[in-house]
Amino acid sequence: MKKAFPIFALLTLVLLSYALYEALVAAPTEQTMGEVQRIFYYHVPSAWTAFLLFLVNFVASIVYLLNRSDKADILALVTAEVGVVFCTVVLVTGPIWARPVWGIWWTWDLRLTLTLVLWLIYVSYLVLRRFSSGSQTPLMAAVLAVFGALDVPLVYFSIWYFRTQHPSPVIGRGGSLDPRMTRVLLINWAAFLCLALLVCWSRYRLERLKREVEETQALEALLEPKGVR
Amino acid sequence: MKFLYAAYAITWLIHIGYLGTVRARYRRLEREVEGLDRK
Repeated sequence: MKKAFPIFALLTLVLLSYALYEALVAAPTEQTMGEVQRIFYYHVPSAWTAFLLFLVNFVASIVYLLNRSDKADILALVTAEVGVVFCTVVLVTGPIWARPVWGIWWTWDLRLTLTLVLWLIYVSYLVLRRFSSGSQTPLMAAVLAVFGALDVPLVYFSIWYFRTQHPSPVIGRGGSLDPRMTRVLLINWAAFLCLALLVCWSRYRLERLKREVEETQALEALLEPKGVR
Repeated sequence: MKFLYAAYAITWLIHIGYLGTVRARYRRLEREVEGLDRK
């Protein structure tokens, strides 16, 4: 496993570079929006990756609630943290794209507002995990994650069932994206998925090590004779 | 074009910034492990 990590990191770097080239150079220029439409190749894959990470967080939280598995708890924490990073990218690139196209940075449209609420829910989750040290913290966080995950389908389907400022889906039902653009979009999503996996992997190892250190420190404090310090 | 480059640059700043915090936490933990080894 120790050798696999640098190899996977290198492959991810190559894929990200290739995806960047495809997005900035190889993809055709969209006729209405022009060059700024290329933000799409970062904005949409980041959103899909965040949704997937929050889905994993939801499943891991359910597993933790069922059997109090430490591994599931760590996985839930890690996917929430990396998911928030990708969701931040979505919330930052969206307004940068909206400004030249809509003429405004932000509007309280259903899709945008629900995405902001989703981000706030998972930031609250991370704040809870960071600043609460009781033994019930993982349990409370798991319950919050289960309720928080309910917002993911609301965000995803809001543009299907409601009239919003945000564009309709470009892939799947009613989507009419140029096949060359679809290809570039999927390459970028694959690259961001690899990046997310890589970061989750290193963050998971870090969290396990942190818990081992904390256990050792707690054990040492117990074994230390009273009055020495 | 400035909006396009700004979006791409900020995306990478966010990812690199986060990776930086992970690395800093790893370094801090390594120091704690070294401290435990010395005891």
